[in-house]
This record gives sequence, C-alpha cells and structure tokens, in this order.
Amino acid sequence: MWSYDKILQYPIRIKNPNPAMATLIISQYGGPDGELGASLRYLSQRFTMITPEAIATLSDIGTEELAHLEMVGTMVYQLMKNATVEEIEKAGAGAYFTDHGRGVYPQSAAGTPFTAAALQVKGDPIVDLTENLAAEQKARGTYEYLIQMADDPDVIEPLKFLREREVVHYQRFGEALRKVQDYLQEPRLFIMPKPEFMNNR
Amino acid sequence: MANNNFMELRKEISAVHMMLEDLQLYLNTHPSDRDAIAKRNAFVRQMRMLKDEYNKNYGMISQDDSLSPYPWQWIDEPWPWEPDANFKL
Repeated sequence: MWSYDKILQYPIRIKNPNPAMATLIISQYGGPDGELGASLRYLSQRFTMITPEAIATLSDIGTEELAHLEMVGTMVYQLMKNATVEEIEKAGAGAYFTDHGRGVYPQSAAGTPFTAAALQVKGDPIVDLTENLAAEQKARGTYEYLIQMADDPDVIEPLKFLREREVVHYQRFGEALRKVQDYLQEPRLFIMPKPEFMNNR
Repeated sequence: MANNNFMELRKEISAVHMMLEDLQLYLNTHPSDRDAIAKRNAFVRQMRMLKDEYNKNYGMISQDDSLSPYPWQWIDEPWPWEPDANFKL
C-alpha cells in the first residue's frame, strides 16, 4: 500500500506557458520510456523477483517513479495552464488540445496513448533487471533530448533532476543485478541459465 | 498562507526527503553499511520533527501521519502541482 505526501519530490514553478514544450514533455508521463511505464514495470516485477536486495530495489524505485510521474504531470499542467487557445494552436499543440484541452493525459509526444506494450515483466530475475537497466538509460536519453529542446530554466532544472535520478536508478539496478547473479552463483555469465525441464528434451 | 516560513519548511522537508530517498535506495543494495543506516535514522527523526512543525502551523502534509483540526483539513490548498505550493530554488 501507499501513503501520499502533499509535496512534490522537487519543486516546479513555471512562470511562462509553453504548450509546445508541454506536448513534448508529456512523453515522460505516458510515453514508451515514461514514468508511468517505469513505475508499472518495477512494481509488477516485484512479485517474482529474488534476493531481498533486488525486491526492495524494485519496490522503492517503482514508488519513486510515481513521484516522478506527478512531477512530469505538474510540468505539463503548468506549461498549458495560462496559454491562450491561440498560443496553443500556434505552438502546434492544437491536436493535443482537441483531444484533451489543458488536461494531462498519458500519451507519447507523438500522440500514442499509454500502452503497456512498451514495458515487460518476464518473471525471470535476470531478464527483468536487465530490461530495467535499459529502461533507465532510455529514460535518461529522453530527458537529455527534452533538455536540448528546452530554453526555460524553470523547465530545465526539474528535467535535470529527473535525469539524475535515472542515473542513480541505473546504478542501483546494476548492483541489484550483481546480487542476483551472485546468488545464482554465476558471477561472470551474462547469459540465461538452462531451465531444468530442458534437460530431458 | 504562502509566507516565508511556509516555503522554508517545505524546502527543508523536501531536502530531508531527498536524503531519505537516496539513502533508502543505497541501503537496499548495501544493507551492511552501519554509517548509512545511522544517517538514515537521523534523517527519519529530523523528518518527524519537520512534519510535526508543518502540521501544527500549516496543515496536513502526510495522509497517514498528519492530524486534522475541525473542519477536515486534507482538502485545503495548495496541492503540490500548483506553483504556489513550490518553493524557489
């Protein structure tokens, strides 16, 4: 279960509306490498994870991603809030406005609604943790693209914070993977163990 | 509502939360780091005091921990996504 605190993980005060930026940042809300997918991926993988270290890592990072989801939603909300319809249209955000107004909807920057097809839960500890290492790097890359396109410090600073968290998460997942590999006594083999049922086939 | 102490307190809560978050993730993969556990526990105590002070002066911040006067205070603004809920860095 969870408990809510009425405070963002990192402060967001965006003075100038920017609908174009809002419809790009939305990708980290509901896009393929976004925070919603990250949270669902980790929280769902927990059930079949092994080793206490890796289970706790999934649980806590999956929880932190929900706080990041709230931050990204806040950025989209504040960037759209005081924009006029004319500004929204001029910024190329008319398609988004048509479907969602100034609301925050989980979709990619290209307009694809959130889909669990971009995440995986394989029920195999090595496979799942390896996927997570890639996921953190993909999210880091997305934040870097967004930072390259942003020109407002009010937007850049929270994006930098979120990017840094991806780096920390990558480190922790790497450590968790090592614990699992040690546990499986295959410290240098980055391959799948042969399942037992394959022995008599 | 949005006076300096209100923002200052939220800033302190945010900073301590960051330390807690990072130490928590670190300890999950380094469970035998005695110093890190001590640091983390110290931040937990500090957070309790900060949230208590916030609760007394500015209302509820934690769903499960904060006390409410009459009438029910959880519904009061500001919600975190409003700019006025966020301190300047």
